[in-house]
Amino acid sequence: VSTLVTLPVLLPILGAALTVIFTRSATTQRLIGIVVLAGVSAVAAILLVEADRTGPVVVELGGWPAPVGIVLVADRLSALLLLISTAVTLAVLVYAIDQRIADYGRETAGTTFHPIFLLLSTGVSLAYLTGDLFSLFVAFEIMLAASYVLITRRTNASRIRSGMTYVIISLTSSLLFLTTIALVYASTGTVNLADLAEKVAALPPGPRTLLSMLTIVTFGIKAAMVPLHFWLPDSYPNAPAPVTALFAGLLTKVGIYALLRTQTLLFPGDGPSAVLLVLAVLTMIVGALGALAQNDLNRLLSFLLVSHIGFMLFGLAVDDARGAAGTALYIVHHITVQATLFLVSGLITRRTGTVAIDQMGGLARRAPVLAVLFAIPAMTLAGIPPTSGFVAKLALLQAGGSGTVGTAVVAAFVVAASLLTLWAVVRVWTRVFWGADKEPLPDDDPTDELVVGTAKTSAPMYVASAALVAVSLAIAAAAGPLSAVTERAGADLIARTPYLEAVLG
Amino acid sequence: VITVNLAMAVVLAVLYSVGFYLLMQRSLMRILIGIVVLGHGANLLLQLAGGPPARAPVLGTAPPEEFADPLPQALALTAIVITFALTTYLLALGYRSWVLTGHDEVQDDLEDRRIAAGERPEGSMEEDTAGSDDGEDPGSAAASTEPAEALPTIGSEGVAR
Repeated sequence: VSTLVTLPVLLPILGAALTVIFTRSATTQRLIGIVVLAGVSAVAAILLVEADRTGPVVVELGGWPAPVGIVLVADRLSALLLLISTAVTLAVLVYAIDQRIADYGRETAGTTFHPIFLLLSTGVSLAYLTGDLFSLFVAFEIMLAASYVLITRRTNASRIRSGMTYVIISLTSSLLFLTTIALVYASTGTVNLADLAEKVAALPPGPRTLLSMLTIVTFGIKAAMVPLHFWLPDSYPNAPAPVTALFAGLLTKVGIYALLRTQTLLFPGDGPSAVLLVLAVLTMIVGALGALAQNDLNRLLSFLLVSHIGFMLFGLAVDDARGAAGTALYIVHHITVQATLFLVSGLITRRTGTVAIDQMGGLARRAPVLAVLFAIPAMTLAGIPPTSGFVAKLALLQAGGSGTVGTAVVAAFVVAASLLTLWAVVRVWTRVFWGADKEPLPDDDPTDELVVGTAKTSAPMYVASAALVAVSLAIAAAAGPLSAVTERAGADLIARTPYLEAVLG
Repeated sequence: VITVNLAMAVVLAVLYSVGFYLLMQRSLMRILIGIVVLGHGANLLLQLAGGPPARAPVLGTAPPEEFADPLPQALALTAIVITFALTTYLLALGYRSWVLTGHDEVQDDLEDRRIAAGERPEGSMEEDTAGSDDGEDPGSAAASTEPAEALPTIGSEGVAR
């Protein structure tokens, strides 16, 4: 079973190579992408079952034992996130393929899209699985380099502008990460996460706090934590809908995952972290208020994304098994729902020809299917029972309630931010789906893949979006078993011993 | 015990401060150089993490303490390749920006400016970029309280060229 752990990394990167070879055949490229991602999802499911039954699955690359060699580790948390991420990536790929068919015709094969898409998936998988700080850096770089290409493909002036901000900010955070790795190695002499867990604990408090803060800043930029979030609402909305959906679903969550892994494994605290609690409140409130000020649908969703990063930070800040479990469950829920909302937003803008909310109206009558597809994930995001958002928020609130006075206060902010989210999505609903009909704006350039301008949609795009809605409903339906898994994952994270024993033997 | 080499510490401080200073510039070329300098700083720091300089590389047989630690060297090598590749990409991006807009300045977030000015866009985002002032410095728009006319714009210049 342990060799299976390498497949989520190997399959997509080999698939990427194959799609480069078959640049002339669009059908082959599409097939490779779908088969690879379906395969990785299956492997991830097996890994999750295995990790849940017998503990973390570990493979030592090149046969070198743990502190010396690089290890890949699939414990409950990484297997679960790998499964949901790959499933979402698959749905987004189906949507993207059909959007490309609708835009350029069936026979158009691309040289960049499919290879880069699969490389992004490689980076995400490696980031979840690696048990080595430097490999985590490499995973981030694979993922980000792929995202730089995706966000600046088919360039026009506005995409160049937003792409620049995105690339520069990401590069800066990568260099900070490199600095962190250098300081970690200088103070401990290892980059293996399990080995670090023991050696960082032996450091004096000064350097330990410095390293902890550096990781928070580094991963905080990648996760778009306030006040390090400015790049996100600026860059994401300019990319094509499937790309934005993928970025919003996965990239920031990988940042949160890295934060969760390093904070629990390397810097276990003795109680709630005041710094993270304050950052969580700021992120929740600033993100939600930012969303209320927006008129551009995609920017509004981007600000909501920032706001919900705060929810995940909150679970992390509580720093006990319940908090970690709540964060894990929230990541699973949020990956699905945020990707869905951006895909549906893509469908809406292809229908209305604009991203400006005040230019839309009366869509509920003209496009009832679209209305349903938007309403369910929107209510899920706001956390209305009985959706998966409610389940995940409940887990977080319970964690906050059972913590200290501080966490209970922040739990109140969770409720407030949920209400602000509800306000924001209801505002979208009343303006876009209700109200007077407005004429769709004509497309000025059908080939630029921009969100502006009406364009054809095809049934598979709806099917892919509907599939993701179904996944988020399934998360709500399977809330019992799922939260049992995340609770065990949270307990593992805080106890640390299952991970350490599996890696170091 | 690793003793810190003062000369190296000074070099690091200079590389990091110059790098971050250049990052805060408007021109993409300066930012690019900033990232290169910062990358050098990070890689040098990675090298120093392996111990003081001037020890022999791993070759032949000798007691371990006479060798330089090979792991940070391997890490730095990987990091150099990555920084190099991404620098090239940023360079290509700068060139594309120059082709499309005639300059390589990193611009402000238009929508933010619009919301700050309390203005609603007319139609799509593409349409209200006409009638802009080409020579306007994007930085000054941030400071001034003037609404729409002073906004840095995208698109119109690219079309003209």
